Amino acid sequence: VDVTWYVVLSAVLFAIGAGGVLIRRSPLVILLCLELMLNAGNLALVAFSRAHGNQEGQVFALIVMVVAACEVVVGLGLIVAMFRRRLPLNVDEMRGLRG
Amino acid sequence: MSATTYGWLVLAFPLIGFGINAVGWRVLPGRAAGWIGTAAIGLAFASAIGALVAILDKPVESRELTSTLYTYAAGASLDVKLGILVDPLSVFMIVVVSGVSALIHLYSVAYLASDRGYARYFAYLNFFVFSMLLLLLAGNFVLLIVGWAFVGFASYALISFWYRRNTATTAGMKAFVINVIGDVGLVFAAFFIFRELGSFDYLTVFAAAPQHFSTNQGVVIAICLLLLVGAFAKSAQLPLHTWLPDAMEGPTPVSALIHAATMVTAGVYLIGRTFPLFELAPTAADISAFIGLATLLFAASCALAVTDLKRIIAYSTISQIGYMVVGVSIGAYAAGFFHLMSHAFFKALLFMSAGSVISAMAGTQDIDRMGGLRKAMPFTAVVMVTGALALAAFPGTSGFFSKDEILAFAAHRGGFYWIFTIGGYIGALMTGFYAFRIIFRVFWGEPVAEARQLEHGHLAHAEPANPMTGEVEDTDVGFPGAEHHIAERDRPMWLAMAALAFLSIVGGAVQIPGLDDLITKFLHGSFLDSTLYEQLPSVAADWEGLGVGAVIALLGIATAYLVYVARPGTAAALIRRFRPVHTLLVNKWYFDELYDALVYRPAIAVGRFANDVVERVVVQGVVAVVVDAVRGVGTVVRGAQSGFVRAYALLLVGGFAALGLYFLIVSS
Repeated sequence: VDVTWYVVLSAVLFAIGAGGVLIRRSPLVILLCLELMLNAGNLALVAFSRAHGNQEGQVFALIVMVVAACEVVVGLGLIVAMFRRRLPLNVDEMRGLRG
Repeated sequence: MSATTYGWLVLAFPLIGFGINAVGWRVLPGRAAGWIGTAAIGLAFASAIGALVAILDKPVESRELTSTLYTYAAGASLDVKLGILVDPLSVFMIVVVSGVSALIHLYSVAYLASDRGYARYFAYLNFFVFSMLLLLLAGNFVLLIVGWAFVGFASYALISFWYRRNTATTAGMKAFVINVIGDVGLVFAAFFIFRELGSFDYLTVFAAAPQHFSTNQGVVIAICLLLLVGAFAKSAQLPLHTWLPDAMEGPTPVSALIHAATMVTAGVYLIGRTFPLFELAPTAADISAFIGLATLLFAASCALAVTDLKRIIAYSTISQIGYMVVGVSIGAYAAGFFHLMSHAFFKALLFMSAGSVISAMAGTQDIDRMGGLRKAMPFTAVVMVTGALALAAFPGTSGFFSKDEILAFAAHRGGFYWIFTIGGYIGALMTGFYAFRIIFRVFWGEPVAEARQLEHGHLAHAEPANPMTGEVEDTDVGFPGAEHHIAERDRPMWLAMAALAFLSIVGGAVQIPGLDDLITKFLHGSFLDSTLYEQLPSVAADWEGLGVGAVIALLGIATAYLVYVARPGTAAALIRRFRPVHTLLVNKWYFDELYDALVYRPAIAVGRFANDVVERVVVQGVVAVVVDAVRGVGTVVRGAQSGFVRAYALLLVGGFAALGLYFLIVSS
């Protein structure tokens, strides 16, 4: 299969993820969409790696997975903390950054 | 042990004493701090004697020993070591300084016993002795400057010792500022020496100087004049003398140690130490001698009129240092340093006696309020008369041999140097007068209330008051607190004063012309290259000078007797007759007012201008513009910070998309 299909799939997944991040209000879903974006990136990396016939892209993909794991830990930790403190699980209501 | 080992020990003991007192002030009981400090200085004195004995074993030509602990900085052309120079001059000085210091520590053990800052006092005092010995033993100009600055700090700390007293803290600042002027001169001199000769080391510099400079070359005169700025600031010579009378705000033993016997003679030591440079710049040496002469006459005239007991002795100190400066500047090195030694003895003694008198008067320092204390405090009276006799150069005392030898040398040197002889004798006449003015005013005459009480065994007590302003003191400062200590009742004070009285009388025996000349012989090892050192006047000329000096001293004392004892109204009549002169002298020739008008007021005016115009208008104006600009921009940009996380995300994604689009368009 041509590498183009993989890249197209990756782009579609990334767009879905980005759209989810922008549209949804639940922090949990936003986290899921972030994962989706990361894995879209991974897919592109692996596809290019195969097309070029070397392993560099795969190494990058592994590193991205590690980063994603860390990010999930922090993100889920934040969400649990929000839940415990009975804060609203809605990112639009968390406006502490307003200038 | 070698002489240099003893030299290091001399430095180590006071430093250890300082460390113990500085760290242990909270736990040291009673008078422990005082005894620790005294023991440290006593051990330093013993080591100094050790160095003296060790150096006497060596032949005269090889008595300049150096020792290095470690090297600060070594480079292509720079070579600065933590090194000491042990030679006859430095050994002579450390023996005198550590000896007198030990006695003054002993005196302080009792004198400051009721002070709340007892351990702090001894920590400072030990630190001072360490710094002074470092200054004396330094083997190069860098270490000299270190010691020089340390003693300046110690002096500041001890003048301001009673820090709740405003007059004391002001006096401390004054002393420090004027000393820093001197430090700057000294640093510049060292810089010039390094630039010309490429070394800071004494022996290297002095060996290279005669080949490098021709006599009276501009640069060597400049170096000497800069050295003189340092020397005069430290030794309170005109025009940098104004700090010393104010330094009397410190405790009396401090005045005895730092502002009479040791630190203020550092300038004399500096001139003597750098004699190879001064002999290459006779013009600078002559300037120095003339300033010394002017100082000795000026200060002696002030001492005639001032009524504060300690300030009279302070002006006397300035005057006597003037004699020393004249001595070392005209080449009478041995006589100059001999006078330094005998002055250390009798001036420390005079200050100690003054401390005892002030205690008996419950803190009063004004001699107008004293009188008739002779019967009440016989011991103090006897030792103070001894000190005054030595100061007035009464025949046979130490001051007699030392001062008149300087003047005899000046007469012998020929040329215009007779001016110094004449001026010196005029000064000597005033010295004899003011020395016995103190004695007759304090101990003779009608006994004052305090004296009568003391005769019945009651030491006067008073509400502690600042002797300068009359303000009631904060007794939290400690002294002048509940207790007063006089020599008659306190063994350590008695012992220290008795020892110094003995030395003031017999100290002159080490250098009787034609008999032993021990100091001339001993110091010769440091002045081997001097062209002037061996041009000593003949023994007959010396005795001639001593004879004239004796007559003049007796004349001064007799005049004082006439004015204050035989015809008690004379002083007041003289003051009425010469009102303008008296006003001039009481106001110390208006030097303070002059500096106030020349330096202080212009500086304040510049400061006020800088505050009103530069700070308020220029600086704050610029600041206001910048602040407004930042605030305006901030108001505009703040709108973007909505706090909606998803809005930020949109901006991020949109930004990346826009960037991607841009690159796509550019690349196609």
